[in-house]
Amino acid sequence: MLTLDFEFTRGAFTLRARCEVGATVTGICGPSGAGKSTLLAHIAGLLKPARGRIVFDDQVLFDSSARVFVPAHQRHFGLVFQDGQLFPHLTVRANLLYGQKHLMADQRRFDLRTVLDLLEIDHLLERRPGQLSGGERQRVALGRALLYSPRLLLLDEPLSSLDRRLKAQILPFLKRIRDETGIPMLYVTHAREEITALDGEIVEMEAGMLPAA
Amino acid sequence: MHLSPDELTALWLSAKIALCCMLACLPAGVAVAWLLARHDFRGKLLLEAFVQLPMVLPPVVPGYLLLVVFGNRGPIGGWLHQHFGVQLAFNWKGAVLASATMAFPLMVQPVRLAFQMIDRRLEQAAATLGASPWRVFATISLPLAIPGIVAGAILCFSRALGEFGATMAFVGNIPGETRTVPLAIYSALHQPGGEAAAARLAALSIALAFAAMLFSHLLTRRSERKLGYRTRAHA
Repeated sequence: MLTLDFEFTRGAFTLRARCEVGATVTGICGPSGAGKSTLLAHIAGLLKPARGRIVFDDQVLFDSSARVFVPAHQRHFGLVFQDGQLFPHLTVRANLLYGQKHLMADQRRFDLRTVLDLLEIDHLLERRPGQLSGGERQRVALGRALLYSPRLLLLDEPLSSLDRRLKAQILPFLKRIRDETGIPMLYVTHAREEITALDGEIVEMEAGMLPAA
Repeated sequence: MHLSPDELTALWLSAKIALCCMLACLPAGVAVAWLLARHDFRGKLLLEAFVQLPMVLPPVVPGYLLLVVFGNRGPIGGWLHQHFGVQLAFNWKGAVLASATMAFPLMVQPVRLAFQMIDRRLEQAAATLGASPWRVFATISLPLAIPGIVAGAILCFSRALGEFGATMAFVGNIPGETRTVPLAIYSALHQPGGEAAAARLAALSIALAFAAMLFSHLLTRRSERKLGYRTRAHA
């Protein structure tokens, strides 16, 4: 359960997010420019809200009145960017293992083999990100986030850089992740049908206002 | 080309000083470049201007200031001399300091650009995978900035090879101790019949500088390709 109640600035605007996220898949929908990616960056801990609280399960991640701020690398959330953001100087294998490598053994929920099979990226292991297609890149980015065994998976328009055919190819993988890992997902998109396809709950975001769901 | 023993000594001295200067500037240059590329702080403009200053000052001015501060009676130089027996003025170590002062901006600039060109979302992605700021720096930012670091190191080395004004003012022109190639050329020009030696050393300087530039471009290309910035087909 993720409880959001905070204000953040984006450019000259102050936006407000206030909702509880409890479903396995929650989609935050809204037009481009509504501040969806900025919202996600705040949840991930990459940006610090102006004021308010962010609580995940029983852990306070941000509380402006108590001066609590847990930075991104201690939140243990996975974040998949729009264009994957694979590390260009590392092989696919090194990319996949980047987050997992420093986990304690008891924190590792998946091994490489499982993720390779789940996302069908076995044959890409020794390649570099520059040699991957858009769809392959997104699958590797998903795999990298999964191997980190996150408590929550944040997806920032993970399909928007792909064409219709590739979108249709990746969606089943997202379903598999939902069904086989049980990791809750917070999915930001302007395409509602992606959330519908994942049977997710939809929260509307308009002009930076994220109302109580 | 036949070089006299004195000329050879000048050449080796130049190489030694330039190499030490590069090695000294490397960690400091990367640190300052990182600070300027990725952090906003009070007095950043002042630091920037200070770092660039040696590039626009007459070299003899930094040389004079070094002599005032690091000379045997200077506040730092005197202290070093008294407590550690280290002398910088009129000594090859002082020549390293003089070249480092002059070459430092040339190290910082390309490294800073390289850091600025890295997509910050790559660093953010690493942070969301549990990497501490140090690990992000060591495993993402630093490797991706390698082409700029190589370019900066070679520029710094080349600038140190050519250092004249600050060296002359701070450590003088002592054969075998501080007489590097540029100073040797200067001395040769002031000796009757020294034109041939000056020409030889000048030709040598040009060849060295050219080789350094060529080497820098080659290395940059190679590392860019390795990092995936450039594919073989386009190179």
